[in-house]
Amino acid sequence: MLSTIAMVLSLIVGLSLIYLLIRTIQGHPVERRIVFIYIGLAVVLPLLMNKTLPLPITKDVQKLYDQLEKLQPGSKVLCAFDYDPPSAPELQPMAVAFLKYAFKKDLKIIIMGLWPQGPQQAQQAIEEAMLDPIIAGKNLVQGEDWVNLGFQSGNEFVIQSMGTEFKRMFPKDNRHIAYGEIPLLQDVVNFSNVDFVINFSAGKPGTTEWVQFGVDRFGFEMVAGNTAVQAPMMYPYLRTGQLKGLLGGMSGAAEFEKILDEKGKASTFLLAQTFAHATVIIFIIIGNLAFFSSRKKKMAGTP
Amino acid sequence: MEMISIWIAAILTLGIFSFLYKDNPLYKACEALFVGVSAAYWAIVFYFDNIYKKFYEGAVTADEPDYFLWIGAILGLLFLTRLIPKIGWVSRWPMALIVGATAGLWMVGYFVSNAMNQIGSTISGIIVYDTATGFVAWGETFGSLVILVGVLSGLVYFFFSKEHKGVFGATAKVGTWFLMVTFGASFGYTVMSRMSLLIGRVDFLLGDWLGILR
Repeated sequence: MLSTIAMVLSLIVGLSLIYLLIRTIQGHPVERRIVFIYIGLAVVLPLLMNKTLPLPITKDVQKLYDQLEKLQPGSKVLCAFDYDPPSAPELQPMAVAFLKYAFKKDLKIIIMGLWPQGPQQAQQAIEEAMLDPIIAGKNLVQGEDWVNLGFQSGNEFVIQSMGTEFKRMFPKDNRHIAYGEIPLLQDVVNFSNVDFVINFSAGKPGTTEWVQFGVDRFGFEMVAGNTAVQAPMMYPYLRTGQLKGLLGGMSGAAEFEKILDEKGKASTFLLAQTFAHATVIIFIIIGNLAFFSSRKKKMAGTP
Repeated sequence: MEMISIWIAAILTLGIFSFLYKDNPLYKACEALFVGVSAAYWAIVFYFDNIYKKFYEGAVTADEPDYFLWIGAILGLLFLTRLIPKIGWVSRWPMALIVGATAGLWMVGYFVSNAMNQIGSTISGIIVYDTATGFVAWGETFGSLVILVGVLSGLVYFFFSKEHKGVFGATAKVGTWFLMVTFGASFGYTVMSRMSLLIGRVDFLLGDWLGILR
């Protein structure tokens, strides 16, 4: 019922944009608050529709997935959570989808963060992943199947130091259990003892630092999930092979959910984002029309 | 308790959104609260993670104390000498160490990752072959050529020792177009990211707060 109402309202809103377009051509500019209302509706209505878009899988996401598929059960994956709640709409769905996939595949997960709130985001993602009946049935144990080493300050220096010894940077996990007493970490000394690295990043320190101070110095293989703001800066690393795969923004998260067959929030959010983008494009057109029509009037009024 | 925190978060979110209509006391209050809470949060994080967890637990109470941490602590304390004008110059020592170490570390990182590897990738493998068929992959080869042209013309644009005229000027102009496309793509991605933030907040309001979304 709610979904149907949202669809009808979306149609009405879409038609009203045509009305705004005509009014603009007639020389009546749109007030900025009207633009805000339209953007708000473009986000709210698709969320109420609870629909997903047909989505092709891009090459970058496919490459990332292929890398993950190569990992054998029992492989140790270092998972760096370098983001905070404001970036969660884009990165949390990626993290949840990855953890679900990893736990189902019996990968061993080592979590850490260069951002203080990162490991907390990881904890939330784990709790969400654990709700999956298949994962819940595995009775996974913290310390044996996954471990959360928490946050360490020091940015890129932490990565540099981890190249020698993880324990030096993370003497205890987030439960205050000593590194040496954690079964999962018994034979993990440095990067050479982990099979793969995945980084969820919203800025600095993040994927750039991981590539420069980790991948290029210690030679491990890494993929990353980035916010849309950061993603364009990561494509050069993807092209050179310094990154083996990349998830960029909400669309990357939605593709990742699709390829892993783990429907989550990103798939639903993507429709809202598409509507919002369409609205922005329409208002750019309206804005330009207003600009040219006002210029034409000014020129006509000039003696 | 969780319900109270959800209500507080929802009211604060709406308070910040109210700025979209116009500046108002509720927005000012929310903004001031955010600044205050952020400052307090970061103060606690820095104290707990650096002074307590890293230094105190690492150098004082640890079974095998790391005495190198004392050097860091002493250098950190030297920053405070700025508060005493007569010996304020001492604070330059730790600053010099930070600048030197960071510059050294980043110089190598940038040079290898952002210069050498990128140059190598740009000039090698311009003609890309399909690994499955062995034929030229025209799409990817075209992409490589576009990158090559973009890099060269971009570099020419930033070369100011020669006047931008003739062939040189035309190449610089092409570089400008590439820069414009780059800025446009980057701005597009930024819009996408900001929309995601809005979607996250709306999802919170409709889902966690109002319970409309499941």
